[in-house]
Amino acid sequence: MLHYDASSCNGCDIEVLDCLTPKYDLERFGVINTGDPFQADMLLITGGVNSQTESVVKQLYSQMPEPKVVIAVGICACTGGVFKECYNIKGGIDTVIPVDVYVPGCAARPESIIDGVMKAIRILDEKRAAAIKDRR
Amino acid sequence: MAKRSIVPFGPQHPVLPEPVHLDLILEDETVVGAVPSIGFIHRGLEKLVEKKDYKQYVYIAERVCGICSVGHGIGYCEAVEKVMDVEVPTRADYLRTIWMELSRLHSHLLWLGLLADAMGFESLFMDSWRIREKILDMFEKTTGSRLILSVVCVGGVLKDVDSGMLNEILRVTEELKKEMKPVIDTFLNDYTVQSRLKGLGVMTRDQAVSAGAVGPMLRGSGEPYDVRALGYAAYKDLTFEPVTAQAGDAYARCEVRLKEILQSLDLLREAIEKIPEGPISVPVKGNPSGEYFMRIEQPRGEAIYYVKGNGTKFLDRFRLRTPTTSNIPPMVDMLKGCQMADVPVLILTIDPCVSCTER
Amino acid sequence: MEDRNEIRKITMAQFFPYIVRMKEENWRLVQICAVSVDDGKGYEMSYTFCNDPDYHMITLRVELGEGEEIASITQIYPCAFIQENEAAELFGVKINHINVDYQNKLYRIDVAAPFRKKG
Repeated sequence: MLHYDASSCNGCDIEVLDCLTPKYDLERFGVINTGDPFQADMLLITGGVNSQTESVVKQLYSQMPEPKVVIAVGICACTGGVFKECYNIKGGIDTVIPVDVYVPGCAARPESIIDGVMKAIRILDEKRAAAIKDRR
Repeated sequence: MAKRSIVPFGPQHPVLPEPVHLDLILEDETVVGAVPSIGFIHRGLEKLVEKKDYKQYVYIAERVCGICSVGHGIGYCEAVEKVMDVEVPTRADYLRTIWMELSRLHSHLLWLGLLADAMGFESLFMDSWRIREKILDMFEKTTGSRLILSVVCVGGVLKDVDSGMLNEILRVTEELKKEMKPVIDTFLNDYTVQSRLKGLGVMTRDQAVSAGAVGPMLRGSGEPYDVRALGYAAYKDLTFEPVTAQAGDAYARCEVRLKEILQSLDLLREAIEKIPEGPISVPVKGNPSGEYFMRIEQPRGEAIYYVKGNGTKFLDRFRLRTPTTSNIPPMVDMLKGCQMADVPVLILTIDPCVSCTER
Repeated sequence: MEDRNEIRKITMAQFFPYIVRMKEENWRLVQICAVSVDDGKGYEMSYTFCNDPDYHMITLRVELGEGEEIASITQIYPCAFIQENEAAELFGVKINHINVDYQNKLYRIDVAAPFRKKG
């Protein structure tokens, strides 16, 4: 799992980190936070996209190996949220890259983030199975 | 002379959850200069005052940052109240103070965890964040949400906390005091922590003042400046003395924050003992006209809220100068002369909050 | 403690000597704020300083007319560079000789001077 903050207010970022700490502990589901896009197959993005983060998001996405899934965490990453009217916000993450799972909330609660990650794992498994089938 | 090289640091970096970019100019392993560039999270929130009226804007102000959210709400409301000459009920002042101190606790614990993580002290990181969860539980029990509370409004607060819940907070502060003891002992006395922090990024008192440092950065260099001493909200009724440390290094800043955790626990207890009964808000009529520079003490230092009203329900200008904006220039000064490997730890000692800075 | 917090209006001629005096007296630079007035024609620049031991805060207010330029205070307060760059980029205030001038590339936004009021 790779976490990137596109332009969020920190609230969701902290909750994402919270998911890795003892109380919620995402690692028990076999998910590890990494800083390296080449080793990640799940991209977790918080916050809406602006012109500066757009290229970074695209680059991170292209660096990740196939198959991959994208999770938009928080309402800003889904649609732009309260910042939608700002001049420097393009909107949700799906304006830049395809998104597989949307996790709503302001800030998204750790429970719903975990739920989103679980859904993403299922989608990842399906994508992987489909890819193997294609290769044969 | 050693060869100079430029190393880009960030924006996506494992140590920092937030994107900040620095160009580090290195001579071998030593940093000789740093050029910060920000703007990855710039949203232009100050501009939204022209689209949302001054009562709605509280919600935007609170979403400037998810960590210091309570403080931004309080700072903005106090500024508007000063302009409109609104007297907030005493109980509301106390409730604001209680939430503010809880948020200071959660912010400092979060920082301690990140610092431990930057040093590679994983178990200390987990421990700090485990303790922090108790404070988030308190937020959830009193307001219904964990980070962005949205309980402050112009004229008071939106939710009351009953005496049972106040006693519950009291019980948790006692519990936290016991749980914090081993954590504080580790941070102050552990050999690993000392070897990473002592003597790192030293700033004298004069340097800190002239570079415009605020908050624990300033107090870690021996300057006892803490806006809470001015007595906004309920601080005027509470015993308060700014915490300082003299050394001016990374260890001193850590020490200031640790002592502030204990101080916040004491302030919380005092506030809960003294809180009076009464209404929690007053109706606010009319529109703000005039201007005011409000300052409050955020967990990261002094923050300035400037409000300029023109008599309509939309404000003319809202300006927020956050502590990190002030702390970036001293950080750049501090980085000169340090080792490349110490850069992440040093950046963390200012407790950067990038989304506050860029708004 | 008493909250001493005042706004002093000064003229352009007084501006630089005032800043130098503040520095000599060891005031800490608190913030720089630009406000677009007169339908985007002029600006109000506010420079806030604080004397830490007695919590005294003073805001110096300079008014800029249409097309008027202001000198950077980074020669005196080097730490002002971020906030001056911000005022220049978001408001379009013409500030001369900022030490480390980002040339409107601090935030790298697509819109030019979004905070300037359109007349």
